[in-house]
Amino acid sequence: MSSNASRRNFIRKTAALTGGAFAAAGAARAAPLPIPSGNQEPGRIIEETAYGMPSKYEAHVKRRRTDVLKNRQNLSDWIMTPLQHQPGIITPNGLIFERHHAGTPDIDPKTHRLVIHGMVKQPLEFSMDDLTRYPSVSRFHFHECSGNGLTDWLKPASTTVQQTHGLLSGVLWTGVPASTLMEEAGIDPKGKWVLFEGADSSAHTRSIPMEKVLDDAIIAYAMNGEALRPENGYPVRVVIPGWEGNTSVKWLRRIKVGDQPWHFRSETARYTDPMPEGKWRQFSMVMECKSVITSPSGGQKLKGPGFYEVTGLAWSGTGKIRAVDISVDGGKNWREAKLEEPVMDKCLTRFKAAWNWDGQPAVLMSRAVDSTGYVQPTVQDMQKKRAIVGFVQHHNAIQPWAVNANGEVRNVIGQA
Amino acid sequence: MSSARPKQVLTLIASSLLIVSCAGTTGGGGMAAKSSTGIPLGAAGPHAVQPLPDKPRFGKPISESDLSAWNIDIRTPDGQGLPAGRGSVAQGRQVYQAKCLACHGADAKGGSVYGAMVGGIGSFKGAPRVLTPGSMYPYAPILFDYIRRSMPMDRPQTLSNDEVYALSAYLLNLNGLVPAGAVMDAQSLPRVQMPNRDGFLIDDRPDTQATRCMTNCK
Repeated sequence: MSSNASRRNFIRKTAALTGGAFAAAGAARAAPLPIPSGNQEPGRIIEETAYGMPSKYEAHVKRRRTDVLKNRQNLSDWIMTPLQHQPGIITPNGLIFERHHAGTPDIDPKTHRLVIHGMVKQPLEFSMDDLTRYPSVSRFHFHECSGNGLTDWLKPASTTVQQTHGLLSGVLWTGVPASTLMEEAGIDPKGKWVLFEGADSSAHTRSIPMEKVLDDAIIAYAMNGEALRPENGYPVRVVIPGWEGNTSVKWLRRIKVGDQPWHFRSETARYTDPMPEGKWRQFSMVMECKSVITSPSGGQKLKGPGFYEVTGLAWSGTGKIRAVDISVDGGKNWREAKLEEPVMDKCLTRFKAAWNWDGQPAVLMSRAVDSTGYVQPTVQDMQKKRAIVGFVQHHNAIQPWAVNANGEVRNVIGQA
Repeated sequence: MSSARPKQVLTLIASSLLIVSCAGTTGGGGMAAKSSTGIPLGAAGPHAVQPLPDKPRFGKPISESDLSAWNIDIRTPDGQGLPAGRGSVAQGRQVYQAKCLACHGADAKGGSVYGAMVGGIGSFKGAPRVLTPGSMYPYAPILFDYIRRSMPMDRPQTLSNDEVYALSAYLLNLNGLVPAGAVMDAQSLPRVQMPNRDGFLIDDRPDTQATRCMTNCK
């Protein structure tokens, strides 16, 4: 193409673009755009030292306790991530959900110690300086509380996705592979279970199978590029990727190797699942494949018919997300959404699908499939196998959001 | 000045070509070595990692006796780890009145902060299931382990072992699982038969069999 031809092409394209702009702006604004004040005065100075905070205009983006189930104290309690405001797959450290059994301890890393003992050749003690000297790993993983969704099984109780699914965050963890420290202590071949214990005032404790610990557990001291936040385990915690959040014991002080599980209160009376015939399912620690649409989601309002990007998060404790399907008719018909890279093992995955809303009532749903072929169930599928009674854990069912003709989006779990 | 510009551009292009060809010869990535406008992006080659001469070892040996104050776990099915000491139902009632009643209420029936710790036995086949230590714990030593590590909430890990045994005895008695004269210690506590002992099954998921229907699904 000659340069003249190329130039003519360029002019045609430009004309088409500006013509379109003129047509759209035909309704005309009352006044031309003013020069923004920020263009006409100096900005805030750069401080000598600072820790950056979000814009004051984002003050509504906060962790929140739910108003659906209110504990009568704030020590054994939880506060949830505003997933409706989170683009991408990483949760900022100030928005990562919290769930503690007895509040957040104040721990000086200079005096903190971690010990490994029990069925090992040599019990060992580590300072934080010791731990940060080892070769480190950084890995992206989802983190989800087993109780995520427990208020919303058979009928809707929560309004927003923060309330229904906000015990979920996406984190880049950094630390030492647990296997490094275990091997240094020398594991007795009969040692098949590992106790992790916190330095908080509940001394929260769990028994984890040795195979899982050696496979991918991390003794983590950093998250998303900085030291752990106090509420997330500062100065050190274990991270058990893909398993229920409380197995990743925070404020880690002790690791003990044993030949069988301890059957603590936290793995018998709590974090177990009611099953038919009055039974309870125990050691159900893997968080199964799940997804949720974060936009449009409960409490939001669509601004009239037209284009919307339906987007949300999918994750699985047993591998990668293989596919996410979207329905806008309450689960009758489905189409595959686009997965946004990166798609990582036991990590939040962002899905997106274009949707042209015709202004009629609709019910939006997402359904995830993981790399094992497991398909995310409905509440009705789960009810066939489990007893949905009381505080039921491990809720990974499809979440329906209904859109009415006014564009208002509401939670219709159990109804659709 | 303006006459110098073409030369600078040529230099820029030459240097980006060099990067591309380097990446090509080493076989490491390099596909996006420069932007569409010719800006070098840095070749994406594999990083050479030097093997460590030996596994670093930074743990300091510690004796089990030096960490005994931390070694508080009880293996609850058989009570392994239960310490010396003993406590009666009557002693437990006294400790309870002093240190537990404010949150858990009179006779452990529920108080200002927490619900009942008595009753619920036999409730699991209906709804609601009433969860208490008596109805839920499969093994009695869970009481000792949990009270010692976590209670009382305002000052955990301050009770004596005798006090913890006594509280265990008191709560078991309130739940009708030991007589009023019972004394709990490392031998007697694991022998208490808990009604929910056989109430658990090990994780057998995946239990749902959802299918990936795409059209006319319901």
